[in-house]
Order: sequence, then structure tokens, then C-alpha cells
Amino acid sequence: MAVIPFLIIFPLVISLIMYCTRVNKVRNLIAYISSVVIMASVLVLVVLWCKKGMEPITLYYETEVVDKVILLAEFLLMIIVTYLSFKYKRAWVSLLSICPTLLIAYYELFGPERQQFAGHIYIDHLSILMCIIVGLIGGLIVIYAVGYMHGYHHSPHHSNVEDRRYYFFSLLFIFLGAMFGFVLSENLLWIDFFWEMTSICSFLLIGYTREPEAIKNSFRALWMNLLGGCALAIAIVYFGTKLGCVDLHMLVSTAILGSKPASLAVSLIAIAALTKAAQLPFSTWLIGAMVAPTPSSALLHSATMVKAGIYILLRLAPAMSETQTGTMIALVGGFTFLLTSFMAIAQSDGKKVLAFSTISNLGLMVACAGVGTPETVWAAIFLMMFHAISKSLLFQDVGATENALGSRDVEDMHGLLYMLPKLAIFMFIGIAGMFLAPFGMLISKWAALKASVDERNIILVFFIIFGSATTSFYWTKWMGKIISHSHLNGRQIKDKTKKNEMISLTIHAVLMIALCALFPLLSEVFVNPLVNQMFGSSQNVLSDKILFTLIIIILVVFAVPFLAYQSGKHQTQELKLSYMNGVNTGDNRAFTDSFGEDKTLWLSNFYFHKIIGSRKLMFPSQILTLAVIIVMMCMIIGGALL
Amino acid sequence: MIKVILTICYILLAPLIGGLLDGLDRKISARMQRRVGPPLLQPFYDVSKLLRKKPTAVANSQNFLLISYMVLMILTGAFFFAGTDLLMCFFVMSTAATFLYFAGVVTSSPYASIGAQRELLAMMVYEPAVLFSCVGFYLATGSFNVSEIAMSNKSAIIYLPGFFVAFVFILTIKMRKSPFDLATSHHPNQEIVKGITTDIGTRNLAIFTITEWYENVFLMAVVGLFIANKNLISIIGAVIVILLVYFLEILIDNTSARVKWQTMLKTTWIVTILFAGVNLIILMIVK
Repeated sequence: MAVIPFLIIFPLVISLIMYCTRVNKVRNLIAYISSVVIMASVLVLVVLWCKKGMEPITLYYETEVVDKVILLAEFLLMIIVTYLSFKYKRAWVSLLSICPTLLIAYYELFGPERQQFAGHIYIDHLSILMCIIVGLIGGLIVIYAVGYMHGYHHSPHHSNVEDRRYYFFSLLFIFLGAMFGFVLSENLLWIDFFWEMTSICSFLLIGYTREPEAIKNSFRALWMNLLGGCALAIAIVYFGTKLGCVDLHMLVSTAILGSKPASLAVSLIAIAALTKAAQLPFSTWLIGAMVAPTPSSALLHSATMVKAGIYILLRLAPAMSETQTGTMIALVGGFTFLLTSFMAIAQSDGKKVLAFSTISNLGLMVACAGVGTPETVWAAIFLMMFHAISKSLLFQDVGATENALGSRDVEDMHGLLYMLPKLAIFMFIGIAGMFLAPFGMLISKWAALKASVDERNIILVFFIIFGSATTSFYWTKWMGKIISHSHLNGRQIKDKTKKNEMISLTIHAVLMIALCALFPLLSEVFVNPLVNQMFGSSQNVLSDKILFTLIIIILVVFAVPFLAYQSGKHQTQELKLSYMNGVNTGDNRAFTDSFGEDKTLWLSNFYFHKIIGSRKLMFPSQILTLAVIIVMMCMIIGGALL
Repeated sequence: MIKVILTICYILLAPLIGGLLDGLDRKISARMQRRVGPPLLQPFYDVSKLLRKKPTAVANSQNFLLISYMVLMILTGAFFFAGTDLLMCFFVMSTAATFLYFAGVVTSSPYASIGAQRELLAMMVYEPAVLFSCVGFYLATGSFNVSEIAMSNKSAIIYLPGFFVAFVFILTIKMRKSPFDLATSHHPNQEIVKGITTDIGTRNLAIFTITEWYENVFLMAVVGLFIANKNLISIIGAVIVILLVYFLEILIDNTSARVKWQTMLKTTWIVTILFAGVNLIILMIVK
């Protein structure tokens, strides 16, 4: 299994090479090759693991040297953060890095003797799934980024941004390496290191342009994530001191058995995961992350960063079931799902809609993990898969659209289908994947609803029901914008999408559709065993009969519009002007106003930003969730210490 | 076997029943307004005339969007009568409604677009009550499957009076009747002309009308599901309740003026939470 250290170390090496290569063409070539290599090695890992019977594998029992290296690297991260926070006059942020690092270092060097129950690396269904997501989506994003960043630095909008692509790409690769390390590690100290690494990578990516807003937002992301890192470090050291081991699986199994220190550690780590997964009250960092170039948003939102939070919550899910921690996490997640979907309605900036919808969907996954039953975990896994693909697709598509259109406002995408047909179709597929029957997201939502009813989790049922209604609203109105006939007279737009961007988009779209078609199979072959392994028992959330009828729906939903379109194409029908009280001016784009002059028609969607805008809702909901977390944590800590 | 027959019956007979209900609606409405009103079969005459007219449209794509709307709506009802999962029926219905929205906005016509926007808003407003009802059925009978719900020992309404109120309330929105006819403005020549259907004409309008009939029959069948149990006599009760509900809708339609969307949103969600939500909480504690 030499492929595992390779997966972690290779991206790091490549990132060094990226940093040193200042010739764009050479660097781009290396970027292509190495992202293909990463995808290939993920494939090798999957094949090797399948050959060994898809059983969990633990590796690397003796790692003294590596432990030391990691400790040193941790100090290096601390120094970077401290330097940057002093440089940008936010010295207090460095405390959030110094404290946990010193704590961990003290524990590792002078703490009580640790027992080693398992290896440092653990491979099972969940980590394999995460590797596939990180490797495949992450690799595609790198390929996309090569074309995108070229266009980015050659567009007049970003002329004031220094071209530091070597830095950008090296960060992308570090990020991938850190994610692989994170999802494959079993040792909590390693997990903590990779956790800090992703936090700092995202901080540097967000601050890429070095504009004042970017710096402000990057520091917000940094302190929120480091705060989570503090909680994680405290949890590890507390658990390690009390029970004398730092294995993730040990933590989960002792917490299930009712060990108080383990339960407390689980709730602290769950809070840390909330910061990573950008749940309320920590959502603002992910929205601020929009200032960075699109590939980094795509990476943060789909394949890496936020998924790290979900991953760790899924690992903890069995230990959270029917505990106060579980209730707290489910409550915060459900609330985030509903409230951020309201806020998404009020956004007209395409990327902001995507950002809010990411937080909202993550909320649903977090809630599922918090409930912690086999059914909800099943739903969360599928949500995660569908979300990763369709979000990555949508971000890349909006980025490409912005390059061509000069705007990423949903209102400006009126009639996109007739201006940029390819991008519009990809966007359509991505959005459909987010909410429409028979695409998977909806099925997962359905499973989540059923599971939360079975669990008698009344509040979660409320959140899911209302949240699913609001979710459909903002997606459908966006889709409607894309297909509406253009009201801009004869505007010619050149599709500037590069070939490599197109390749990435196409693969995403194909994956999206394949995932829908193979959904029942995937559930049977992969997700059910995963859940089974986690809980020791599993049952199909949706019966085979339903999955079978779903296939019928898939056929109908795809076939009917297609057939109807094909058969209607050759029919002759008279085309008339749309009704405008008889004041049309000859086409559907203008009318005669009350002064007798021509007036261009401008159609706009509903946004209600004065009622449910994020300015109005964000602060109260942050306060509310913060209150919930503080109160619940007091109860949990009190319960554990007494 | 019965399921297959029922499904085929729905596909074939639903337009007939829906059309008759529509005719009845017009007749009763006319009598309420002290008019004689059109003959009972008038809706059929209207549709057949629309079908015979020369096809016209504002955008070519309207055709295929409306056909998709119709087929998906038929599929919704077919799934229902085939006794499959109730939640799935409603999910397919919302996909169908999405196609209607597309047919409304695709033309970029001002009245159709505003109507479509309101239709979308209405979807958001009624969806919680619909999902609540599904959850209610599941809690009351232990299954989401229509066939098992209909074959339960006791009528579901015994457990679900609040859900029933909420569902009947949103029926007014779903059937696009006043005071919630914001999307289509049931009575023409008003603020948004005919809303989402303004630029749907001739054959397309016929498709739209027939789909509405299918939809109404499906919705009424859901109302009946509240009453039906394994005792066959309950079917008679269900039919009576359906007719009463339908009459109630006509009465509401004729006695109320259109409200703004804000009012629709507030009242509907309050009713949903107060009736369906409270009923749900009680049910979850009891069962």
C-alpha cells in the first residue's frame, strides 16, 4: 500500500515544484500531468482495496520519525500564521494558532504514555469515498484552474491583481495533499495537523488577490477555522490524557460505550467540525471566501474544506446518536439548512446563491450526521456525493460564464441558453442535480425526512419540510432565467471558455448524470456496506421498489421533454407576439410607454431581499445558534465533569 | 391487478371527471352569481375548439414544456393510483409544476413572467403542507405507500384532522382559486391579465386545461385518501367528502377577493404550522 503515502506526499512535492516553476507553460503541463497522476493513484488505491475484499485496513504502527516531522511542520504552520497575523496587524489571531500548537506539542512530548491500539492510517469505505471525491473533483478543478487562471489574469477586471499563479497552484496541491492526509489518518494528532493545514491553505487561497476585502475575509476564515482547531486540540489532549490513546476509532467506540471524557471530546470535535462545515454561527467565512478566484471557491465548496467537516461528523455519527451532542448538532444543522436557504432566495449574485446553498446543504448533512442513525448517515453520504459533483460543476460553470459575460449576476443570465448554450446546459444539469426529481439530492432529502420522522425528531422534520420548499424556490427561478428568451437585443457574446475548462465541465456533467442513473446500484454495492460497517447493521432506507420506480421517473423526465421536443420541432405553428395590452413595438423586447416612446422591457425575479436578505437574517440567526451551542455545551461539559 | 385497472382508469377517465367537475364548478359559480351559466359540458366544448384551432404560440419551446408538464402530471396520478409512495407522487408533481413555470417564463412575456413568478412562490407556499400531510399519513398508518394507507384499519383522518385542514387550505392555492389565484387570475381582465397562461393559446391552452383536470382529480383523490380505509363503504364517504371539499372551494372562490402574495404566504404558513404542525407534534408523542 505504498500508494497511500504517495497520495499524501506527491501533491506536496508537486506544490513545491509549482512554487519554483515560473514558466507558465511548463507549470501548466506539470499541473495537468500531476492531477492525472493523482486521479490514477486514487484509482490504484481503490483497486487495491477492492482486491483485499473491501475490508477496513489499518497501516503504519511504528511512525516515530514521521510523528516528529509532523510536529515540526505544525510549528512551521504556527510560525506562518503568527508572521502573517502580525504583518496584517491582527496579532490576536496568532494566539489561536500558538495555543493549540503548544498544547499539542506539550502533550506529545511530555504527556502521559500513549497506548497504540491501531495504526496511523485507516482505510475503509468512508475514507475511500472521500479519496475519490478529493482526487477526482479536486483533480478536475486543477485542470479547470489552468485555463481559468490564464483568463483571469488576462481579463481587464483583474489587471490590478499581481500574477502569482505559481503560488496559487502550489496552494491547490498542498490542499489536496492535506485532504488526503486528513481522510486517511486514524491518529488524532495527525488529523489535527492536516486539519490546521487545510485551515491555513484556505486562508492563503482566499487572500490570493491581496486586496483589502480579500485580506479581511481571509482573516475571518482563518480565525473561525483556527477556533475550531482549538476545540479539536483541546478534545484530543483531554481525551488522550484521560484514556491514554489518540485513535479516532477508539474515541468513537469508547464514546458509544458511555465514557464521559470520550463523549466530551466528541462534542468538542463536533463543534470544530461545525466551523469547518461553515454552519451557523460560523457561516460568514465561507461567504467571504467568494472573493478568491473561482477554482479556489470550487475547491473549498465541493471537494475539500467543508467536506472535511462533514467527514469528521460522519465518523463521529455513531457516537452522537441519541446524545446531547447529537441533538445540538442536528439542531444547528437543521436550523442552518432552513435559514440559509431563505438567505439564498434573496441573493442575485450567482456565486452568492451557490455559497448560501452550499451552507444550506451542508446543514442538512450535518443534521443527518447529528441524528446519527444508519438511515440518516445513508442520506448524508448520498447528499455529500451529489453535492460535491454538482457544486463543483456549478462553480466552474459560473466562473466560465463570468469570464464570457462579464457578470455573474443571475439577472444577467437572462436567456443564457441562447447566448452561451453549452455553459447554460451544464448549468442546467448542475442545478437540476441540486433539487429536481429524479436527481439524487432530492432522494437524499427524502431519505433524511423519512429517517427524522422515524427518529421522532420533530424539529428536524419542520426544518427539512420548510427548507426543502425554499430550496426549490431559488433554484427554479435561476433555471427559469437561463431558458427565458433574451430581452437584450442582438447582444453577441463570445464563449471564452478554454478547452481544458470544457473538459472538466463535461466530465462533471457526465458524472452527475451517471450518478443519477447508477444510484440504486451504488447504494447496494457501496453505501449500504459503508453504513453496515459503521453501525453493524443497515437496512435499505428506500425499498427496492421505490428505487425501481425512480428509474422509471428518470426515463420519463429525460425522455418526455426530449421526445416532445424532437416531434414538435418540425411542426409548423404561427408565432405571435406576447401580450402587452396592444402596445408592442414589433418584437417582444420593447413596448410603447405612456409618453409614446419605446421602452425596453426588463424582467426580473423575486428576491425579497428587504425581508429575508442575509443582512437582516444573518446576525439574529448567528446569535441564536451561538446561544444554542453555548447552552448545550454547558450542559454537556457539566454532565461530563460531574 | 386492481392497481393496474385503477391506474388505467385514472389515465383514461381523469380528464372526463376533471372536465365534469370543471363544468359543475362553472354552473354552481354562475348560480351563486345569479346567472344561468354554461351547460355542464361546456369545458369539453372549449377544449375541443382549442384543439381544432390553428396552432399558434409565442415561443416554439412552449409546446414541449407543456407536454412534459402534462405527462409528468399524468405520471403523478398514475403513481398514486398504482399505490406507490405518496412522497414520490408529490415530488414528481413538483417537477411537473417546474415545467409549467418554465413554459411561463420561456417567452419573456411580461404578464406570463409575473404570473409564473407567483406560481413559483405559490409552490413554495403550499409545499410544506403537502409534505406535512405525507408525514402525517406515514405516522398514522405506518407507511408512505398509498395502497397501504388506503387499506388501513381506520380512516387516517381520525389521526390527522389538523393535516386535513391544512391540506384543504392549500388546495385553494393548488387549484388556483380566489383568493389565492395570484398566478393565473382566475377571472380574466385583471391586473395580470391571465397570468402564467396569458401567452398560452390554442392547442397549448388545451393541454394546460387537460393537465389541470388531471391535477384536480389527483388532488381530490388525495382528499379521499384521508377518508378511505379497508372497509369498502368508506369509499362512499370519501366521495361525499370530496364533493363537499370541492363545493367549499367553489364557495371560497366566489366569496373572496384576491390577496397579495405576502398575505398568502403568511396565512398559509401560519395555518400549516398551527394545524398540521401541532397535529404532527401530538401524533409523534402519541404514536
